[in-house]
Amino acid sequence: MIERGHRGRAALSTLVLVVVALLWLGPYAWMTLTSLRTLPEIIAAPAYPLPSSFQLGAYREVLESVPVGRYFLNTLAMALTIAFLQMALALPAGYALAKLHFVGKRAAFALVLACLLIPAQVTFVPVFTMLGAAGLVNTFGALVLPFGASALGTFLVRQALLSVPDEIIEAARMDGAGELTIIYGLLAPMIRPTLASLFLFSFVFHYSDYFWPLVMTTDDSVRTLPLAVALLREQGTGVRWHIVMAGNVMLSVPVLVVFAVAQRQILRAVTARA
Amino acid sequence: MRPRSPLHPYLMLAPTALVFGLFFLYPLALALHHSFYAWDLLTPPTYVGLRNYRSLISSGELAGTVGRTLSYSAVVVSLSVTLGLALAVALDRPGRLYAFVRASVFSAYVVSWVAVALLWMWILDADAGLLTVVLRKLHLPTRSWLGDPDVALTTLALVSVWKITGYSMVIFLAGLQDVPRSLHEAAALDGAGPWQRFFHVTWPTLRPSAAFVGTTSLILSFQAFDVVRVMTQGGPVKATTIFVYAIYEDVFVNLRVGRASALIVVFFALLLGLTGLQLWAFRRASGARKGTA
Repeated sequence: MIERGHRGRAALSTLVLVVVALLWLGPYAWMTLTSLRTLPEIIAAPAYPLPSSFQLGAYREVLESVPVGRYFLNTLAMALTIAFLQMALALPAGYALAKLHFVGKRAAFALVLACLLIPAQVTFVPVFTMLGAAGLVNTFGALVLPFGASALGTFLVRQALLSVPDEIIEAARMDGAGELTIIYGLLAPMIRPTLASLFLFSFVFHYSDYFWPLVMTTDDSVRTLPLAVALLREQGTGVRWHIVMAGNVMLSVPVLVVFAVAQRQILRAVTARA
Repeated sequence: MRPRSPLHPYLMLAPTALVFGLFFLYPLALALHHSFYAWDLLTPPTYVGLRNYRSLISSGELAGTVGRTLSYSAVVVSLSVTLGLALAVALDRPGRLYAFVRASVFSAYVVSWVAVALLWMWILDADAGLLTVVLRKLHLPTRSWLGDPDVALTTLALVSVWKITGYSMVIFLAGLQDVPRSLHEAAALDGAGPWQRFFHVTWPTLRPSAAFVGTTSLILSFQAFDVVRVMTQGGPVKATTIFVYAIYEDVFVNLRVGRASALIVVFFALLLGLTGLQLWAFRRASGARKGTA
């Protein structure tokens, strides 16, 4: 009896594993396989999984019709700048909120928490009109500045710094270290795991972001890769799915690689709030 | 600790405060201000009092948008949370294979919404999509999943479930680490079956995680936009025009900034209400946990 129950449960959990893997990995496989096929092949047998031979034509066509390299660099520059700014600004702010006494500290902390509640989906219209009035729409600044400080990041850095003993800071002050040296030189390395989570999470989020660049740009010079890939379909007439999927692969692979390498840090940032 | 100079804390907070003030708080006030004006971005704004709000209500647009957003969110939250919980419990096992499958479920949360939306558009394509072809081969009825106003919103919701289930799974997995092993073993020794153990041992510890996941995914699903913009542009016949898309369309298609701002004010009020609900649910869940412990 017990024996059978065990075997039954093992079979069941294998089944669950296979179904889940198919449901979540299948679509990626389908995307990749489609990107390696040709248009006649897709029309002839849309659901036949394997290409007759692996064709890179779709990738070539994407690269020829869209300046992927520039869009990729734009995206990379935007996401890295945002992640870096958020880290650089969260450190002094988190330090002041965690370690220093000053008038208005509670209000400042409440302000940070309040900003956690204000998503970009609420602010985009007034920010768009503001930046429009300042002539900043369609600039790198419009993509980066509104995300220069992160409420979540400030909060996480503050929490991490709370557990650093005051004595360490006092000792550094005795040694004559300036406050900036203490913040960036001494404390930052001590809370490296938190900073790595913050940086990676922010990078991955903004690399993939579609909403903000869509709203703030109309110009090729600052457009980002998610926009370009979405446009591949809008411009396409009829079934050109192999090309759209090739763009999709180019968009997804970098972020999946970052995820594969730094899964633990990204998960930390996601679960930190809970 | 005492700052070295009384000015230091303010200087350290200044850059952050500047960004928050300029891009979070001031825009909120600006949206409220614009909501009392009619403005097409080209000619100067004119004051119209409460007309934007009145027309949103009398035209039925507000009720329609709120209704569609709620039904989208209801599907997304209920399914992604139950599925995430089921997956967390099923996949909370040691071994590389399980870790790999967990990572692949979560990877959908990391990949761009654009990639996910396009990928599913291709699978759901009414002519040559994988799902359509397979259903036809099996002689099952198929339909235009994105072109039929009766099902389009549900289709978008299901695609969103695919994308964010990994998020709730991950939160539940973190919560499961708090379930004491010894309690499980003791319950098993007492003859409790797997279901009994889930309801009496696992679930009570997971209740705060559930309250957190449920309310954050509710708030996040209220902010959905990309999936609508890429897959349906709000159509067919407005069937998928949910909140953020309605705001976007009002500004960038209809050039009605005042009306969009009124929608924003209502939207933000709803989000605040949901956050209140979140705090309440979270307090209750952790209070109940303390009560049983």
